[in-house]
Amino acid sequence: MSETIFTGKLTRLVGIEPEKAGERMAQWSRDSEYVQLYNSSQAAPRYAKQIQDRLRNELDKARPGDFYFLVQPLDDERVIGEVGLWSALTPHRNAWLAVAIGERELWGKGYGSDAVRITLRYGFQELNLHRINLNVFGYNTRAIRAYEKLGFAHEGAIRGALKRYGRRWDILFMGILREEWERAQVAGSK
Amino acid sequence: MVLQLFEGEKIRFAPFDPERDAEPFSRWTHDPESLRLIEIEPARPLSPFQIKKRFEEMEKEMGRDLYYFVIRAKENDRAIGFAYIRWIEWNHGNAFFNLAIGSPDDRRKGLGNEALQMLLRYAFEELNLYRMSTFTMEYNIGAQRFLEKHGFQQEVCAREAIYRDGKYWDTLSYGLLAEEWAAGQGKP
Amino acid sequence: MDNNFFTGMLVRLTALDPEHDAESVGRWERDSEYEQLLKVGPVYLIGTKKWKERMEEPVTERRVEFAIRTRDENRLIGFLNLMGLQNQHGDCYVGIGIGEREFWGKGYGTDAMRVGLRFAFQELNRHRVSLMVVSTNPRAIRSYEKSGFAVEGRTRGTNHRMGERVDIVHMGILRSEWEAIQAGVKKED
Repeated sequence: MSETIFTGKLTRLVGIEPEKAGERMAQWSRDSEYVQLYNSSQAAPRYAKQIQDRLRNELDKARPGDFYFLVQPLDDERVIGEVGLWSALTPHRNAWLAVAIGERELWGKGYGSDAVRITLRYGFQELNLHRINLNVFGYNTRAIRAYEKLGFAHEGAIRGALKRYGRRWDILFMGILREEWERAQVAGSK
Repeated sequence: MVLQLFEGEKIRFAPFDPERDAEPFSRWTHDPESLRLIEIEPARPLSPFQIKKRFEEMEKEMGRDLYYFVIRAKENDRAIGFAYIRWIEWNHGNAFFNLAIGSPDDRRKGLGNEALQMLLRYAFEELNLYRMSTFTMEYNIGAQRFLEKHGFQQEVCAREAIYRDGKYWDTLSYGLLAEEWAAGQGKP
Repeated sequence: MDNNFFTGMLVRLTALDPEHDAESVGRWERDSEYEQLLKVGPVYLIGTKKWKERMEEPVTERRVEFAIRTRDENRLIGFLNLMGLQNQHGDCYVGIGIGEREFWGKGYGTDAMRVGLRFAFQELNRHRVSLMVVSTNPRAIRSYEKSGFAVEGRTRGTNHRMGERVDIVHMGILRSEWEAIQAGVKKED
């Protein structure tokens, strides 16, 4: 099946179904390493209803410029992660990207990168963005390398903003411009 | 005998049924190609939960400013699309409409034609509108042919009004007057 | 000319102030000819108090609303709205009304539109701006053409009032057209 704007090579973007997703996502929150990779608030495990309420709340509060999706593998209906572009509909045509793959066994196998790749394409082709930014924690080396490979440039750092694992870490600021993304597409197709 | 407004030959108009219809509607929103033919809003996959929420919001306007129908195939009562009339300007007798067959597999079977005929009859003979308006994108040749076949005239070309796939496209506005529709039905 | 996007030659675009402006707006609605040129829905009277409540409601992200005031006396003479902002497409609609009749036909509306367009193109980064006007308002159509709008079509019989059915004229100006006008103006300086 050829790729559509919602599907990639390993993953696809789907709508938010709080009932179905809540159980799965609560499981992820029991893995503190997972939570610490993307959440700067104190890591704490959650139960299913808390996640379902959070998802419903996100949907209620969502502004027209927020595009938040769940991630499934191409071949089954399991939710394996979440991804989104926030504040994408302002006159400046910039957006914030955030992604998280909750299933530990899928880390390091390209699922996260594939989800981000689809989301970048969605942002540049469907939302007509000019640039996409993200924050990533200094200790999240796997993600930093993945973003670099996808074309994000290092644009700055908030120094020593996090304290975890007994020391201080930076929050890195990365960004990709539309023309950089377009060039990467052309290069990739050669 | 008085004609039935909601019963056609191969299709019928029905209200939205959250139990049965949220799932097919959700499936259609995961097909970005279809969405781009119907919508100028960014294509966005919605879960059945999100579909139901949208319908709850829409319910507030129904029967006043919005007349929304699910199109069901008569042979198995399956939801195959939707048709609606909204933004009704009662004092002028003008309204907008949109109509879509959700899955490409159900298209090219005459079901869209039948649905539009039923919708126009409802608009002109039940709502007593003076004209029906709609618009489509420059790249949607199928919609343009469909509308012209039903007697619509292209009235406005809004240049470079939408931006997709790295280029600007025009949107085309169409209108059909009640008297033109009636003449097409063979009425005086 | 200064860099203040809200200032024109005759007018200034400011916020609508519910405290002080509701009274004028309440007065304008009594002029049904003015209201009919402006409004799609049936013209109606709602009163100053209701106008004040409406003006106090928060405005969505898809709209920007301005009051038009004269530069010399800071007098409220009308309003200008940018509506239906579609940021992924760069489109929006503009609506303008000069409620104070004595300011009709004197260039105030045209000046306000010039300021509004500059705001739309330079601050909101629009690719195009659209508007609709009833065909029985030739003064407005001429003013819009002077501002650079081109007629893009007419929806037939869309307006039915006072026993007459008339068309609505649809107009649009592209960014490139607006930029060409700016370049032309600069050459004349």
